[in-house]
Amino acid sequence: MGAAPFPVPTGSLLALGALLFCIGLFGALTKRNLIIVLVSIELMLNAANINLVTFSRLGVAPSLSGQVFSLFTMTVAAAEIAVGLALLLALFRLRKTSEVKDLNIHKW
Amino acid sequence: MNFVWSWPVIAFYIIALLTLCCGVIMLSVRKVIYMALTIGGVFIGASALYFLLGADFVGVAQILIYAGAITILIMFAIMLTNHEATEPGFKWSPKNIAAAIGSVLLAVVLLLAIRSTAWPTATTSQTALDGGNSNPMAIGLVMFKGYAIPFELVSILLIVALVGAVILAKERKEDE
Repeated sequence: MGAAPFPVPTGSLLALGALLFCIGLFGALTKRNLIIVLVSIELMLNAANINLVTFSRLGVAPSLSGQVFSLFTMTVAAAEIAVGLALLLALFRLRKTSEVKDLNIHKW
Repeated sequence: MNFVWSWPVIAFYIIALLTLCCGVIMLSVRKVIYMALTIGGVFIGASALYFLLGADFVGVAQILIYAGAITILIMFAIMLTNHEATEPGFKWSPKNIAAAIGSVLLAVVLLLAIRSTAWPTATTSQTALDGGNSNPMAIGLVMFKGYAIPFELVSILLIVALVGAVILAKERKEDE
């Protein structure tokens, strides 16, 4: 790992992140099940993490800040999915559904 | 961009292909539980990528948090709600078409922007980045020396989120 500094081309890594982000965006916009919408949002956060780890090597002063920031992002994602799934369980107990189209109480 | 076909590059393209395949399968399968399984595949692929980039600690944290905790949590949520749920097939409704056009347009714009930029290749190796220590040790040093206050704030956020999740998911008396 020490001899070859960074063999993987940066553009390919960023392209992978962009494609994963777009897959997550499409899933979050079109899926019907609320759990899958949450999963797609996790996918988008994951794509952002890949970019953070990629960029942590580049720049004038490369440092570990990108990796530390991606750890913080993971923590926030874990908190988000925990609260989201708790809301989903509360909703399911109330209305016996987990579909996005049934969440229209506040719609007018 | 001069291409060097070394083993890490080949491994990167295989991992990237598998990760994207898992993502596309996630969009196309019908049963919700299979979607949760394929998202586990995407998370494991991303962690393999982190190992390939030399970010060992982030890779292990990715496996522990995403592939371990979040995937299992999602499966629990699917089992606790209607676990037989299936997604209907893709219909060409205006909303879906707009979503597809938007996503594809965003992907094309991003890929063109990435392609037209000359990215610098990193010159420092991971061992130089870690300052001679192992990767987890270096991350610990950076986190507790430079990022101590964000670390404490994130721990408060986690406590609040977990207590809030328990309170939200608990069965309340006035519901009956």
